[in-house]
Amino acid sequence: MKANPEERVYSVFHSPFDPCPPKPYRTYVVPVNQFIVFQPPGLPQFSPAEALRHGTLWPALYSPYTSRKFKGE
Amino acid sequence: MWVYEKKLQYPVRVSKCDPRMAKFLIEQYGGADGELAAALRYLNQRYTIPDKVIGLLNDIGTEEFAHLEMIAAMVFKLTKDATVEELEAAGLGAHYANHDNALYYENAAGVPWTASYIQAKGDPIADLYEDIAAEEKARATYQWLIDMTDDVDLQDSLKFLREREIIHSIRFREAVEIIKDDRATKKIF
Repeated sequence: MKANPEERVYSVFHSPFDPCPPKPYRTYVVPVNQFIVFQPPGLPQFSPAEALRHGTLWPALYSPYTSRKFKGE
Repeated sequence: MWVYEKKLQYPVRVSKCDPRMAKFLIEQYGGADGELAAALRYLNQRYTIPDKVIGLLNDIGTEEFAHLEMIAAMVFKLTKDATVEELEAAGLGAHYANHDNALYYENAAGVPWTASYIQAKGDPIADLYEDIAAEEKARATYQWLIDMTDDVDLQDSLKFLREREIIHSIRFREAVEIIKDDRATKKIF
């Protein structure tokens, strides 16, 4: 599975007394919208069909997401 | 007024018989960060916001109703042919006792929707920051819902809705920039 560049990883404290098998790390997503204050004019656009599929007209604003079920998390 | 188009904003196909998923999806129907709350929040706030961003709240509030309709289609498809036993096994026994197969504005835990989920502070910065937070919370909810199903067709529709939350969030942050900015205003003292 291709790594999601929007994904951030952090490790968490594990106690020897934790009741459940420890997860090695936790992940969260920082979507692309956090890095654009105001969208500049003239950005490249998807074709209409591609735009519908992606949910946005602009590749620069597209944020992929993969189900954790498929990643075994 | 509104003009209704008799089609969904994005196709909804559900390929797996999984009434259990309906119980989770209802969070985005009648939950605190769901589409109903979003639509009503924005369409109500638009009366007391600077002129330049009224149109944005109008458009996004309207789109949220289109999303509400997509969630309704998903929930309906997942429950319409379920037997009473299947609904009970999916954790929807209490829902059936109260509503039969009807949809209801409630969250995943069965708590009915309430207006206290939304705010209208009258302060443009406060209201827009609430809207930004609401979009990010809805985005996160969509991620958890995508995590909970292995139906790729259902995931596809949910991914579309998740992307729309991301776009709405950036538009609300642009709205903050618009109302912050008064450099273009000619001031005469």
